[in-house]
Amino acid sequence: MTEEHKIRVVLAKLGLDGHDRGIKVVARILRDAGIEVIYLGLRQTTESIVSAAEQEDADAIGLSMHNAGHLVLAPAMMAALDEADLQIPLIIGGIVPDVDVAVLKEAGVAAILGPGAPAEEVVSAVRAAVAAAVT
Amino acid sequence: MSIRSLPPAELVAAARSGNRRAIGRLLTLVERGGPTADAITDLTHPHIGGAHVVGITGAPGAGKSTLTGQLTRILPERGLTPAVLAVDPSSPLSGGAILGDRVRMDGIAGDNVFIRSVATRGHAGGLALSVPGAVRVFDAVGFDPVIIETVGVGQVEVDVVGAADTAVVVVNPGWGDAVQANKAGLLEVADVFVVNKADRAGANDTRRDLELMLDLSHVSGQEDESGYRPPIVMTTATDGNGITEVWDAVQAHREHLDATGKLAARRAARLRYEVQSRVARIIETQIDGVISASVLDPAVSPAIHAAAIADQITSV
Repeated sequence: MTEEHKIRVVLAKLGLDGHDRGIKVVARILRDAGIEVIYLGLRQTTESIVSAAEQEDADAIGLSMHNAGHLVLAPAMMAALDEADLQIPLIIGGIVPDVDVAVLKEAGVAAILGPGAPAEEVVSAVRAAVAAAVT
Repeated sequence: MSIRSLPPAELVAAARSGNRRAIGRLLTLVERGGPTADAITDLTHPHIGGAHVVGITGAPGAGKSTLTGQLTRILPERGLTPAVLAVDPSSPLSGGAILGDRVRMDGIAGDNVFIRSVATRGHAGGLALSVPGAVRVFDAVGFDPVIIETVGVGQVEVDVVGAADTAVVVVNPGWGDAVQANKAGLLEVADVFVVNKADRAGANDTRRDLELMLDLSHVSGQEDESGYRPPIVMTTATDGNGITEVWDAVQAHREHLDATGKLAARRAARLRYEVQSRVARIIETQIDGVISASVLDPAVSPAIHAAAIADQITSV
């Protein structure tokens, strides 16, 4: 009677960024793909996200960014995960200019999802990031 | 080596020394069930300390998460180390879930509280399969009390709260009148009532309706033979008003359980409930097997089919 290994994803907005339309859409897309979403909501800190990821035993962390802070916030999140010795893939969604994608990848972000990314792309990015981390 | 891949015995040791990732991992393994979960039960059993298990239930939006968050803020001041199991429903269609209780606890809950979000995961009884195990993990690593927060809209949730040591039922002004109070099964499991959003109009009417319902329990002889009457606490959880009184009422109920020796009976009921849930899960799996294998003949009455299939399953 072993349960299938459900994927658990922590979703949050990091810092001062109130644009939460996208993250709510993503939460729903993941839910409807059979994934468990732990939704933290707005104005989170790297500490609060690390703390939640530990308690929830998250398989991945998804951050939504629409305030042009991704070049600071995403590396800060990666550093906080490193410091906590948490090897959990970080996925960034939102407004990330093409020129910044390589920078974020270099910083260790597992996937970057832009506006209008279809549901299948969102789901497969999460599944792929989790699968890559498990090995 | 990542903590996530430690064997159960080392995970339990790490968790008991306060490693939060180890605790988080144990909860995942217990939730998955199977032999690993059973092994963890065996490993944690010697460390069970009898944490006070408090269930908090009520309709969606009643303020359960906010109230729970407020409790976790005041409990450390009393020398307690609370843990929270926040239960939200899984989608019956996809099996996924959006677990949003942390949003309401954000900025309210105490810094060191351990909060775990739990999805009901479909099957009736699925909740029960994971919740008792998770409570044991929390208990064994030293959390006390363990607060289980569930949406109280179905029998499963009522069962879970009924299987707690102390059940807190949260209602709001305008939720219904005295007639509703008497027909709602949820209310019969309450050890403590909370009228939350008490700053809103109609709060005192709600209180009066609950009092009347409790008076009628006296008339019909349904009241507790030792004279325990569930108190009604007025709160405004967003402001923290009444939170101390809620915990005082929970404590008073615990003392009542201790004084009357009813705690043991509650915990025996909890075990019975867990066994029942496990059996239900087994039977559910068998039902799926039998029904998918049987050819449903529309010429035969569905009732006859249902009876025959039920006989087939239970006679195995």
